[in-house]
Amino acid sequence: MSAISDRNVPSGLPPSDRSRPHAPRQGRRLAFTIDRILSVLIVLPSILAISIFVYGFIAWSVRVSLSAWTKGLIPNYTYSGLTRYIELLSDRRFGIDMRNTAIFTSLFLVVCLIVGLLLAILLDQRLKGEGFFRSIFLFPMALSFIVTGVAWRWLMNPATGTRISGLNLLFDQLGLDFLISRWHTTPPPWGIAFVVIPAVWQMSGFTMAMYLAGLRGISDDLREAARVDGANEFQLYRYIILPQLQSVTLSAVIVLGHTSLKIFDLIVAISQNDIKLDVPAVYMWRTTFDGSNYSRGAAIGIVMLITVAVLIVPYLISSMRSQEAKL
Amino acid sequence: MSKRLIPALLVCMLLLVACGQAATTQAPVEKTEAPAEETEAPVEETEAPGVQVEVFSWWTGGGEAAGLDEMIKVFGAANADIEFVNSAVAGGAGTNARAVLASRLAAGDPPDSWQAHAGQEIIGTYVAGAQIEPLNDLYESEGWMDVLPDTLIPLISEGDNIYSVPVNIHRANVMWYNPTVVADAGVEIPTTWDEFFTACESIEAADKICLSMGEQWTAMHLMEVVLLGELGADAYNGLWDGTTDWGSDEVTAALETFNEVLGHVNSDASTLTWQDAAQLVANGDAAFNIMGDWVDGYFSGDTTGGNLGLVPGEGYGWAPPPGTDGVFQFLSDSFVLASGAPHPDAALAWLKVCGSKEGQEAFNPVKGSICARTDCDADLFNVYLQSAMEDWATDIVVGSLTHGVTANDSFKDEINTALGLFMGDLDVAAFQEALVAACSSAGPCQ
Repeated sequence: MSAISDRNVPSGLPPSDRSRPHAPRQGRRLAFTIDRILSVLIVLPSILAISIFVYGFIAWSVRVSLSAWTKGLIPNYTYSGLTRYIELLSDRRFGIDMRNTAIFTSLFLVVCLIVGLLLAILLDQRLKGEGFFRSIFLFPMALSFIVTGVAWRWLMNPATGTRISGLNLLFDQLGLDFLISRWHTTPPPWGIAFVVIPAVWQMSGFTMAMYLAGLRGISDDLREAARVDGANEFQLYRYIILPQLQSVTLSAVIVLGHTSLKIFDLIVAISQNDIKLDVPAVYMWRTTFDGSNYSRGAAIGIVMLITVAVLIVPYLISSMRSQEAKL
Repeated sequence: MSKRLIPALLVCMLLLVACGQAATTQAPVEKTEAPAEETEAPVEETEAPGVQVEVFSWWTGGGEAAGLDEMIKVFGAANADIEFVNSAVAGGAGTNARAVLASRLAAGDPPDSWQAHAGQEIIGTYVAGAQIEPLNDLYESEGWMDVLPDTLIPLISEGDNIYSVPVNIHRANVMWYNPTVVADAGVEIPTTWDEFFTACESIEAADKICLSMGEQWTAMHLMEVVLLGELGADAYNGLWDGTTDWGSDEVTAALETFNEVLGHVNSDASTLTWQDAAQLVANGDAAFNIMGDWVDGYFSGDTTGGNLGLVPGEGYGWAPPPGTDGVFQFLSDSFVLASGAPHPDAALAWLKVCGSKEGQEAFNPVKGSICARTDCDADLFNVYLQSAMEDWATDIVVGSLTHGVTANDSFKDEINTALGLFMGDLDVAAFQEALVAACSSAGPCQ
């Protein structure tokens, strides 16, 4: 409990200064330079590794996406400009990918935030066995998306009649026939919406943890003051609590959003190459490694990078600014 | 401060080492077999060059690995002085192995011989990259031209050059059926697609699925069988060498038929594997299933191995799918000779075993496939495989699209995308347009 709730508590204390009095006075200058060299040395390998394995490979992907390497394992770096990107604009499969990503991301974000917030508010009522419930809600996060995908594919079995199984069988037995669904095999474009269910199942616990930490950081004095002023519980949440959770919501949107824009394993496990449920990451992998179209694969990868950057970069800029403001 | 720094430094170094290892996971995979080579090679290579052969495959489990072991025994008996290095890479139905192979080829470190699907998958990938050698001399010296079907040779050649030695043969165009379901519905086994649709009405009236199908690649398998049945062997072959126009009216008609066939498949197809789909027939939920003859191994194999233990001819029956009687749509695992193979003579000795009667008779009964040669002993095989052997020797042989014979990877992937889009909107005209575009961007029409 404290591990979660303490982390995000906004504390007004300045960074701890305790180490300084213990530092030996003699040779302080020397230690300073050694420290400096050591710190550079420590960071250097990471800088090298990141510049090669992240930025170097991004640059190489850009280069491949501008090449004519569309067939076979033998690289063909003939420059062909933006051809691959222009082809993607009229590529029907890529159109479906973008539509699916848009539907998946927006539904996933909205449902995950709502469910996570509700769970957090419920847990914040200081119930008995709070730790137990918190663990239960968090457990799905310990699974990989592949496992979640396979299990939910079984649960969301669309078969009917004598072969009915999974959730449909449950609904059938309970007499809730109106809930029986074709799930993710629902005709496009709404099949992908059902894939949001396992994604929310897995990630809403995480969202709950973030909100719970945020809620615990709100001083009880504020709640008391609001109550004294005659606010009811709804007004308390609407006007006092929720506005203070904005930064938590923003962080959650960033984390969930970039997961969802890059989603691959969950889709692979559930869709089994069904193009109706295709997303850019799956198309990228298939066209590159099954179809040996490295150039198109690289172009899709770059488009995905840009999509995620559109989400992340403003956040990074604003958080850097706010840090500078604090200093 | 520095007291605290040193442990911190150590931790960082450890992390870096760990990260470094993670970043270079490719390397250990590539070199899995290297220690075996290096420990033996220096000693033996001084005695006589070419005393080992490295063979690369994805046969690591089940009947495939057992079959390979049998073939290695045959090889060892004939070539006691050559050490056999089995570089099999597990996982992903060959996807992992092909990725490892690609990186080894890129690094100029080819194994002597490797496994690949016969046909355009080899030609489009390895012949195009000049990574394998033609084997015409071997075919002549071993007399393989006489024991392989005539119609097979052009499918595994580029121009006049033959590039691979097929070890086993699977048949793609088989229609499996449940004799009870078919009898209860009172229908004959259909021989044309029109008869098939009539039969479906009776079967569906009895509340059974007419044709079971699984995930997307099984839909592609079904599509190629329908194309073959509707176009006939010649026009079907023409699709892959550019002589049949993908935009022609006959292709339109065949695609319309395929569209109608899809109307008779189970609604949960996209969630089933090929085993699930075949099992619908075995369990009596569905009447027909069109799938390659690995289904026979699944139906008749021992139940302890996860198979169904059915009796061929009683628990299940088989027939050529409508319109494909007298045509054998094949796929095959083959071995090739690397350009710049480290041990070319030993590699040739291995390929001789792959193409020999002894080698194929050792491998195929265990794997559950038939010999590529037409002179294998039929008594070694079960009743289904015997019927397949007869057809293999006499039928017209055409290649399978789904299993790498007729189209290179790029063309196949484009067709797969077009098919996937079609499964979403069932728009035949758009489908055909996409196929024409695929043929001109990645296929023989360019």
